Amino acid sequence: MMRETTPDNSYIREAVLHEFRNDVKSIEESYGMLDIVIKKPSLIPVITWLKQHDILQFQFLTSLCGVHYPEQKENEFSVVYHLHSFVNNIRIRVHIFMSENDLNVPTLTTLYAGANWMERETFEFYGILFDGHPDLRIILNVEDMNYHPLRKQYSLVDDTRTDKDDKYFGR
Amino acid sequence: MGLNPALKSNSAGPEMYVGEGYGLTQLEKVVGLARANSIWPLPFATSCCGIEFMATMAATYDLGRFGAERLSFSPRQADLLMVMGTIAKKMGPVLKQVYTQMAEPKWVIAVGACASSGGIFDTYSVLQGIDKVIPVDVYVPGCPPPPEAILDGILKIQELMKNEPLRRRESPEYRQLLESYDIL
Repeated sequence: MMRETTPDNSYIREAVLHEFRNDVKSIEESYGMLDIVIKKPSLIPVITWLKQHDILQFQFLTSLCGVHYPEQKENEFSVVYHLHSFVNNIRIRVHIFMSENDLNVPTLTTLYAGANWMERETFEFYGILFDGHPDLRIILNVEDMNYHPLRKQYSLVDDTRTDKDDKYFGR
Repeated sequence: MGLNPALKSNSAGPEMYVGEGYGLTQLEKVVGLARANSIWPLPFATSCCGIEFMATMAATYDLGRFGAERLSFSPRQADLLMVMGTIAKKMGPVLKQVYTQMAEPKWVIAVGACASSGGIFDTYSVLQGIDKVIPVDVYVPGCPPPPEAILDGILKIQELMKNEPLRRRESPEYRQLLESYDIL
């Protein structure tokens, strides 16, 4: 069956705004990819709708990661979801922002099984807590690592190095 | 001829009093000679230094010329642990377990900047040199070191093997070294 509409960015923008006008904080295109910032409580309804929509069919979660913006007060942490619609060959990006005092985010494992390890990684590096995740343990680093190393307050170089004298390394 | 034993020191072998049909030397030197020229290396290759090691083993450079023809992929039968590449902190305990499983006498060579000091990876996930978890005998610098440098490291290890006192592994200093790494 041929469809009359092939969804493009403007189609998705109209559809999302029509359905979720009050949930969307901003929606804009950058480098050809639609970037939707939504309010945190709307995450599950919006992504469920994007996945189950008859035409859009964003059935693949390409990537999920955290970002730390220490200078943005009350919006210090972000979680970014990259969704892919195989049928329409189109990708979009969905953002949420949160305060460092409230790092709880609903899990996406109920929608995409592939979110499991990506949420564990995001928890490991940024300390974001995914509510409802089946097994929220760290996944990549040594089991007893007790901090979230990609947060900006930790220095780029390893604090455990002892043998590298700065004067020999031009630092 | 044959009446005055000559001190023969211009050969690759150990110093030896040679007479007609016999030679005299120390047991230690003979054992050292045997160990140095029949190394069974265990390659622990994690990145680009491992690729250089493959060239070292292949026809052009041919580590077999130095008696290390047979690689041992079981730590139980290896006597030289060659660590080549970045060792993540999560890999540290694995490396230590492999080292512990090797039988005495055993030697360790850290090939390349990463194994020696963490290299360019001054980061939360990378071990800043394998000597944080196991004792190292020879460090080979380079990023990655060319096969010639790896061969030079092997020759240095051979010198250590040739000149090691037979009872070194029973000495209190050696015990102390292992205990400082929490091995034993």
